[in-house]
Amino acid sequence: MEYLKIGFSLLFDPLSLFFLAVIALVSVPSAVYSIGYLKEGHSRGEKILAWSLMTAFVLSMVLVVTVGNAFLFLVAWELMSLLSYFLVVFDHKHEKSVRAGTIYIVMTHIGTAFITAAFLIIYKYAGSFDFSAFKQACLLMPDNVKNIVFIFLLVGFGTKAGIVPLHIWLPYAHPQAPSHISSIMSGVMIKTAIYGMVRFIIFILGVNSLWWGNLVLVLAVVSCLVGVIYALMEHDLKKLLAYHSVENIGIILLGVGASMVFIKMGNPVLAVFALCAGLYHLINHAVFKGLLFLGAGAVYKATGTRNMENLGGLIKLMPWTAATFLVGAMAISALPPFNGFVSEWLTLQAFFLGALATAGSYKIFLSLCAAMLALTGGLAASCFVKAFGVTFLAMPRSAHAREAKEVSLSMKSALVAMSVLTIILGLAASLMIKILVVVSGCATGINTVGMNFTLNNFTLAPQSGTNLSVPLIALALIFVFGAAWALAGTGKKRVCEGKTWGCGYYNLDSRTEYTATAFSKPFRIAFSFFLMPYTKTEKIRESFYHVKSFKYEVFTTPVFRRYIYEPTLNVIIKTAQAMRKIQPGSIHVYIAYIFITILALIIFVGRS
Amino acid sequence: MKTALILIQILLLIAVSPLVSGIIRKIKNNIRMRKGASVFQPYYNLAKLFGKEEVVSDTTSWIFKAAPFVVLASSVCALSLVPVFASTLSFSNMGDFLAIIFILALGRFFVALAGLDAGSAFGGMGSSREMFISTFVEPVALLSVFAVSLNAGSTNLAAVSAPAGLKLSSIIASLSLFVVTIAETSRIPVDNQETHLELTMIHEAMVLEYSGKSLALIELASHIKQVLFFSLIAAVVIPWGDFALKMAAVIAAVSLLEVSIAKMRLFRAVDLLSFALVISIMAVIVSAAGY
Repeated sequence: MEYLKIGFSLLFDPLSLFFLAVIALVSVPSAVYSIGYLKEGHSRGEKILAWSLMTAFVLSMVLVVTVGNAFLFLVAWELMSLLSYFLVVFDHKHEKSVRAGTIYIVMTHIGTAFITAAFLIIYKYAGSFDFSAFKQACLLMPDNVKNIVFIFLLVGFGTKAGIVPLHIWLPYAHPQAPSHISSIMSGVMIKTAIYGMVRFIIFILGVNSLWWGNLVLVLAVVSCLVGVIYALMEHDLKKLLAYHSVENIGIILLGVGASMVFIKMGNPVLAVFALCAGLYHLINHAVFKGLLFLGAGAVYKATGTRNMENLGGLIKLMPWTAATFLVGAMAISALPPFNGFVSEWLTLQAFFLGALATAGSYKIFLSLCAAMLALTGGLAASCFVKAFGVTFLAMPRSAHAREAKEVSLSMKSALVAMSVLTIILGLAASLMIKILVVVSGCATGINTVGMNFTLNNFTLAPQSGTNLSVPLIALALIFVFGAAWALAGTGKKRVCEGKTWGCGYYNLDSRTEYTATAFSKPFRIAFSFFLMPYTKTEKIRESFYHVKSFKYEVFTTPVFRRYIYEPTLNVIIKTAQAMRKIQPGSIHVYIAYIFITILALIIFVGRS
Repeated sequence: MKTALILIQILLLIAVSPLVSGIIRKIKNNIRMRKGASVFQPYYNLAKLFGKEEVVSDTTSWIFKAAPFVVLASSVCALSLVPVFASTLSFSNMGDFLAIIFILALGRFFVALAGLDAGSAFGGMGSSREMFISTFVEPVALLSVFAVSLNAGSTNLAAVSAPAGLKLSSIIASLSLFVVTIAETSRIPVDNQETHLELTMIHEAMVLEYSGKSLALIELASHIKQVLFFSLIAAVVIPWGDFALKMAAVIAAVSLLEVSIAKMRLFRAVDLLSFALVISIMAVIVSAAGY
């Protein structure tokens, strides 16, 4: 029983420390936020339960990124999954939560099964669960076994990360949890899957074939586009954010996949640079997505609804929430001078430098990946114009939105703290890259001495001559803004208030506002080949002759659920029903089964 | 010294930017056998708007007031990255070719939000359509940038705009960048600057609620953005020959295109942009082949 002797070793290399920092950056503000969030509507017992579950959940994530033993890793991983399941079903009175929790726990265990299988295969060669033994064993493993382990790890961690088509649980589970937990789940928990990929595929297994990186890149591009297109169609504020997590995991994996390609191509500088870009987007996404989920939670707390079509005008009632949500929205839309812009620019640069260094079809492939990232960026910006515009601007669309009040101090301070972090991560890009080079060097096993992607403390320079200075851009923007403001302030200043132009009608109300559904209609039509939208019209009649009103609803076809998950589920259920025939409930038959089994075993044992 | 020269270049370009619009209008009118307004009409318009009283809808928030300044700031900031009169005349330590796309997106984001802020259906419609068009413009712009940067070996604009030998891929990329320019400057066939029929306009619908100084700032920003794109094609993508001549050629091409075809339906515009995407992919392929 050698394998039961577990060395309880913890790992504190730069890769683990980086992920620890990510966990801390999001968890601490979320915890502060939860003070206000849980204040009303929960009993004392519930509060104690929520707090202890949350702390245990955070601790389990800390364990996931620090253990140095695969067996312990699995234990921590399972602990994290179970604790997050309990948090998803925290509002157990809602049927939706229970359903979301079920989908989540089934999917996450499929993932864990694949990870366990991959570990057992490596264990067969290593004879120990220790990471260092794993790493040694992977050097000796045959190529086809390595390929199988890679696929298993990709499916296993991909399920947790939510890459398409394994993302199915994410838009159900994340919005259903309390908002501070959504923030931790979307901000940090899915990132532990990226940690798993980097740790086990790049660090331990070692990139063996070129197609590994290509596969990751293709999956990443698909995740980006599918995630953001579904997000555009979504009108539930938190569900929209959950779909954006799928998109952003795609962007992170673009960096990771590009790095895998460059490692195999023997280009260490680019491999480190691409992984830096991916990891930079990881920490950025953790912070701004955490911020956005907390903002959405504040809106939910104040109005009791997450449906954007019932919101509007909140910028006047909740100025703090609105301003901080705007910072998050701009960051996720990759607008300068915020952090999302820097990491997307770095990812694009990684692709550009890759295209420059490679020849022929790879030049085109990498350029197309970059183009798809640009398309994703455009779609994300549209989506956040919709999300912010419909939720916070113009007139309130319901009584709930009209009576909203700014949230409590603890929630506000968490929002402000996260916005400040978002801004700092954008301005301090050079310092971050210096740190990330060390982290990437640790993960890829490449010696990074002499690798420098910065010009000075304010300027990034992935290639000599190519510079990006976020503080300078911010300064230029502020300077021109200020100059224009001063110029506009001179002369006569005559501003009068009026009504919005309504073609001569002057009693426009919230019903004439553009809705989220209308905003996304051009996209729904342009992507109709994928979304397959259909409408339902219902006539509400007073009598047979008089139609009082129409009810008109637009739906999109959930492609993955309908064409992948439902058929699979049907096959499983049918097989189970067929199997039921051998279980008739009669004790005689069962005794016969036992007899036949024993007979077969005797024959099997006595065979030699 | 260099900084001063760059600042002079920026101010000069800002100063002539309304003139470019004026010239295009004049050419269009002359082709249509009309006399047309003076080429300085855009200046008179700006001066008039600056002196006018401003009407602000009572449903709007600070986003509506800030948006004109943000869009102007983003246009000028992007303009400062473009080397026009000499390949070193730009703030190349501030950002590169890719950064221009991102910085312009900032202004668009705010104007689109401002379109939604007044609560009118026109503004929302304009915002939705503007974001829709610009979403499909983005990959085309990026691939064009990639093609010319791959030729230059860097996304640094000084390197890109330094003449190194005429490449076929740069010319193809300038074609797709021309379509990007048409879409970004709201010109026919994607959008129509002259229309005031609420249902067909895109950019104009979005800024329908603006008046007075705010409208003047937004119009100035549009003029600047137009000059920026024209000089990108004239000075950066095809860095050979006389700048004034190339600028005149771009202006002539835009005016001729505007008078010779009709505005496309919104979803036909997507077809045009898909066509431009194919051209830009061609540019990358030709560049990968070494031409």
